[in-house]
Amino acid sequence: MNDGVAPVLDVRDLKVVFRTRGGEVHAVNSVSFDLRPGELLGVVGESGSGKSVTMMSLIGLLPSPPAEIRSGQVMFGGRDILKVNARELRRLRGREIGFIFQDPMTSLNPVFTVGFQIMEPLRRHMGLKPEAARTRAAELLDLVGIPDARRRLKDFPHQFSGGMRQRVMIAMALACDPKVLIADEPTTALDVTIQAQILELVKDLRQKLGMAIVWITHDLGVIAGIADRVMVMYGGQVVEQAPVRALFADPRHPYTRALLETVPSVRGERAPKLKVIEGQPPLLGAHPSACPFRFRCDKAHGLCEQENPRRRPVGAPGHDVACHWDAPAVREAAHG
Amino acid sequence: MADTLRVPPGTEPLVQVRGLKMHFPISSGLLRRKTGAVKAVDDVSFDIFPRETLGMVGESGCGKSTTGRAVLRLYDITAGSIRIDGTEIGGLSQGALRKHRPKMQMVFQDPQACLNPRMTLAGIIGEPLDEHTNWSRRQKLDRIYELMDAVGLNRNFANRYPHEFSGGQRQRIGIARALALNPAFIVCDEPIAALDVSIQAQVVNLLEELQEKLGLTYLFISHDLSMVRHIATRVAVMYLGKVVEIAPREALYAEPLHPYTQALLSAVPDPDPASERKVERIILKGDVPSPANPPKGCNFCTRCPAVMPVCREVEPQTLEVAPGRFVACHLHDKGKPIGGPTPGANQTTSNQQGATP
Repeated sequence: MNDGVAPVLDVRDLKVVFRTRGGEVHAVNSVSFDLRPGELLGVVGESGSGKSVTMMSLIGLLPSPPAEIRSGQVMFGGRDILKVNARELRRLRGREIGFIFQDPMTSLNPVFTVGFQIMEPLRRHMGLKPEAARTRAAELLDLVGIPDARRRLKDFPHQFSGGMRQRVMIAMALACDPKVLIADEPTTALDVTIQAQILELVKDLRQKLGMAIVWITHDLGVIAGIADRVMVMYGGQVVEQAPVRALFADPRHPYTRALLETVPSVRGERAPKLKVIEGQPPLLGAHPSACPFRFRCDKAHGLCEQENPRRRPVGAPGHDVACHWDAPAVREAAHG
Repeated sequence: MADTLRVPPGTEPLVQVRGLKMHFPISSGLLRRKTGAVKAVDDVSFDIFPRETLGMVGESGCGKSTTGRAVLRLYDITAGSIRIDGTEIGGLSQGALRKHRPKMQMVFQDPQACLNPRMTLAGIIGEPLDEHTNWSRRQKLDRIYELMDAVGLNRNFANRYPHEFSGGQRQRIGIARALALNPAFIVCDEPIAALDVSIQAQVVNLLEELQEKLGLTYLFISHDLSMVRHIATRVAVMYLGKVVEIAPREALYAEPLHPYTQALLSAVPDPDPASERKVERIILKGDVPSPANPPKGCNFCTRCPAVMPVCREVEPQTLEVAPGRFVACHLHDKGKPIGGPTPGANQTTSNQQGATP
């Protein structure tokens, strides 16, 4: 669904393979999605579902070897950024596409002050003079809610708490006013009360700055609170994509359904027994010629063994699912 | 479920902790003189009744894991009394503790780090048997197979090494090892935090099944409030080394009394967009103070939305404000103090029966 608005980021048929001694690992298989201006796309999946690898490969952050982008097209600003050279890519990173990583302690350099690290992209990409960069850096820290911003520019990362460090990371990602912000599990390492602070901050910043955000997480609660659209990944593939309300109200893929049932809530009714998704997450050794969820799926049938389902539209506009169960052809076969 | 909620009148707690303190010294200067202490656990008291699960929640650094380890005497505690199954273990030497170890065990957070990579699965699960029994090889192997069946591991895996297993399976190995000596009491320290969402439910269900089958008592430490709501009978909330509230599960989640509990519960995101956008969040300002230098008065006074002048001066006492509900807050200053000879066993019972449909 396009709404007539051109997407800022358009990913088509992306395939990423890792070459290891034990053979190839198919980490990302034919992933396609788009990101529209100003929207927040939530990406949900377990570890190994390919959500981080997809986003890292977009901006060339995967070390190659072992990673190899087999095919695909990533349109951003009118060109395919999988084909641009390293220098051009370095210009895009930070300037046009911001990135927030999961663990702020390991992604901040401990031997430089926070001010230096925020000023680095400003001086490099925007060509600001030191004094102008310092003023802008203080503004940014202020924007993300760090009190006494100007003085704290001189502090080192270890002098900040976990939540504060994550705010610094957000300030760095926002430094050059990027069009797209990719946030990889930005609140997973934080406590719930600090997570609530950061989520409020992001909601607030979206209104002020209006950039498009890709938010990677495994926490369905976080997604429900902030996303406009959700993409569910499993075994390196997109299994379902929908507007947030449609996904939670009418999940179509058996994995999405099971995932929603397996998570307990702090509010509402308490289920006496937790629903379980049996089995283990898939190993991505072989090329996926069948549905990756078939071993754990209670709806699996013969066709799931033979053919990897393609995504097809269902229900509400913008809702699609990659599943053979309740597909029109299968239903006909079952009833006819 | 209802059966596990009911504590028969007059039941003695299996675990009784009173005034537990665990301070870690800070040394500085050339002579490494002791210049202060990190008060990781500061005057904590609670009971755990047989066959129940006490959930312990709080944010990182609040002292919940230290409490769990101190209760099992993995540390030499600074002060306090710990009675497990009628035996006072608070002051015992590590040597004297050895014969009490079989009845209290632990399941650790990181199943990768707590399993020896050079031992086979049978070696890991059988090690407690080597240490504490004089069984024959045959007897031990039978017991190992029995344990593997109990936690849902295939017997053919007995000679494999930990790296061959996934996170969820490793956690099962850790649980099997904890069960080897037939313990009465198990401390589960964030047993599901390192696992994927779809695997968490498998492990939690396993813990529940084992509890029912073997009559286990758990101290379930977690930062995941929704999972604690699922598994715990009663819940203790910790903040900066102190227990701020203890209550039966339903009462705590329906009507939290301490302002910190209220903020903590409201901060948990709900997997439902409709209700999620209606929830009124209490957003706490700032961060948790350092446990080396806690604020004067109530520990929560620096972030509390309902702070009063008295909170900055006087430390609140833990009081029983309703049957089975203990709170340490100046907003709730009417009630009986905790720490009598058998505190609140009967009241707890009546309230829990009232709460059970």
